[in-house]
Amino acid sequence: MSVVADDVALARTRRPLLRTANIAIAIVVVAFALLPLLLKSYGTYLCTLFCVTLMATYGLNLTVGYAGQMSLGQAAFYGIGAYIAAIALKAGISFYLVLPVAAIVCFVVGLLIGFPALRVQHHYLAFATLGFNILVYLVMRNEEKITGGTYGISGVPRPTLFGLSLDGVLAFFWFTLAATLILIALLGWLLRSPWGRAFAALRDNPIRAESLGINITVYTLLAFAIGAACAGIAGVFFAALVQFVEPAPFHFAASLMMLLAIIVGGSGRFFGPVIGTVVIVLLPEWLRFMQNWYLAIFGFAVVALMIWLPGGVLSIPERFALGKVRR
Amino acid sequence: MAIDEARGAQPMIVFENVVAGYSPSLTILNGTTFDARAGEITLLIGPNGAGKSTVLKTLFGILTPRSGEIRFESRRINARTPRELLADGIAFVPQGRNLFGSLSVRHNLELGGITLPRADLAARIDEVLARFPRIRERIDNQASTLSGGEQKQLEIGRALLLRPRVLLIDEPSIGLSPKLVQDVMTLLRALADAGTTVLMVEQNVRTALKYANRALVLEMGRLALDRPAAELLDDADLNRLFLGGHVKAPAA
Repeated sequence: MSVVADDVALARTRRPLLRTANIAIAIVVVAFALLPLLLKSYGTYLCTLFCVTLMATYGLNLTVGYAGQMSLGQAAFYGIGAYIAAIALKAGISFYLVLPVAAIVCFVVGLLIGFPALRVQHHYLAFATLGFNILVYLVMRNEEKITGGTYGISGVPRPTLFGLSLDGVLAFFWFTLAATLILIALLGWLLRSPWGRAFAALRDNPIRAESLGINITVYTLLAFAIGAACAGIAGVFFAALVQFVEPAPFHFAASLMMLLAIIVGGSGRFFGPVIGTVVIVLLPEWLRFMQNWYLAIFGFAVVALMIWLPGGVLSIPERFALGKVRR
Repeated sequence: MAIDEARGAQPMIVFENVVAGYSPSLTILNGTTFDARAGEITLLIGPNGAGKSTVLKTLFGILTPRSGEIRFESRRINARTPRELLADGIAFVPQGRNLFGSLSVRHNLELGGITLPRADLAARIDEVLARFPRIRERIDNQASTLSGGEQKQLEIGRALLLRPRVLLIDEPSIGLSPKLVQDVMTLLRALADAGTTVLMVEQNVRTALKYANRALVLEMGRLALDRPAAELLDDADLNRLFLGGHVKAPAA
């Protein structure tokens, strides 16, 4: 079959596939929204934590997957958002004011962290961002007067919504799920716009992108800043979820796990972070019945995934579809 | 070298004693002087390392000249960025494959028009697609699935979205079959005939000379020769020096 005929066949198979995919996504979202009705409070907590982490990994997917900028500092922005929220919410400031403030602060810090990316790339950039994460972690741990040090900040209040309390685990889960869906929809809109495609151009070849008039300085900085703002928002929800913040969840190991989520799901694929976040948040919990072996099995599963599916879990249906057309 | 003011067309691009390179210790252009005129294809040829591609990169603001002057319609453009030059009407199609293979043909075109107002973009894309019916047929396909000739057409089409008055194109024939090379050259000829200034670097010199108006021979970053293309094509000595041909042995 010729290349053109291949493409026409692929386009024909894609349209109904797309419709089916949209219906499947809607069913999965509704099922996930109803899932906690069947779970105990720890299960609902995990579902909420999944949503929170998803906000941060979606941001990282923009930075790493779409714009091709290596980052090992996402947990630092997550932490900055969480500490801003913990301090401000305890001081009685409205959640709905804290949320944009944390996003803006992380956006600005993200812009600054983007500057090394203008000079260095790949593993050099990975180390620059890792250094930033360690620095932020040390500030959280050592600046006790502000952050509470290793004792952290406890008693962070949860918000209300139109006067309704969100203190219940179920109510807060639905609130977080709605916020996550809004954030994902906004990122989807951005990534499907010409500006979003400029990020992909930057990742594929910055010189080519520049020759089309794309301002690669601005887009490189924005890739970090938007990714950081998403992590900052996630951090605010994390503080309200756990109602306690301490430095440990923002160690650079958390950044590594977020990067793992991007790669396992499929770097630069829109729904890649969903699969990846299932792997980093839920899979370790499901493997707990293995007791002492669970981390070893988790590690083995990740290594096996990377060997068989270097394009991430979401590359499976694509391979299958192409195989069917070519046969 | 003095610029030939006797020719009819106005010089659109003027290089005057331009010195440029990739680092302070690596100077490629050593006082390059030439001009390119509206409605003409100006062909830059010369041995490897002569500075042909460097001329285009310096002109397009990817490299900054250390001294000398580059003028576009008599205005100095030495320190302008690619983005500013695109807005001025200068477009660049670099060497090799320049598409974003993971994106569709339409998205590649949209990226080409990222500097245009959103309201104008759809009409400009239609304008380009009218010129390239083959690309229109494949508008929703992934760019990496296009053939070599289609990819080059798309690259040129993407550059034409901005209706450039000057088109810089670096080795458009690389990886194309002889028939596709002719198609690309015919397209460039048509653009020049419509008034666009085309400045082209090309290793496939024999074919390119048939379509070009003038040929500039660069050697060690300097202009060694500036001749009408047709004249150069018949010059046996230049064949030996620059085109890889053979000089006839003198009669005994």
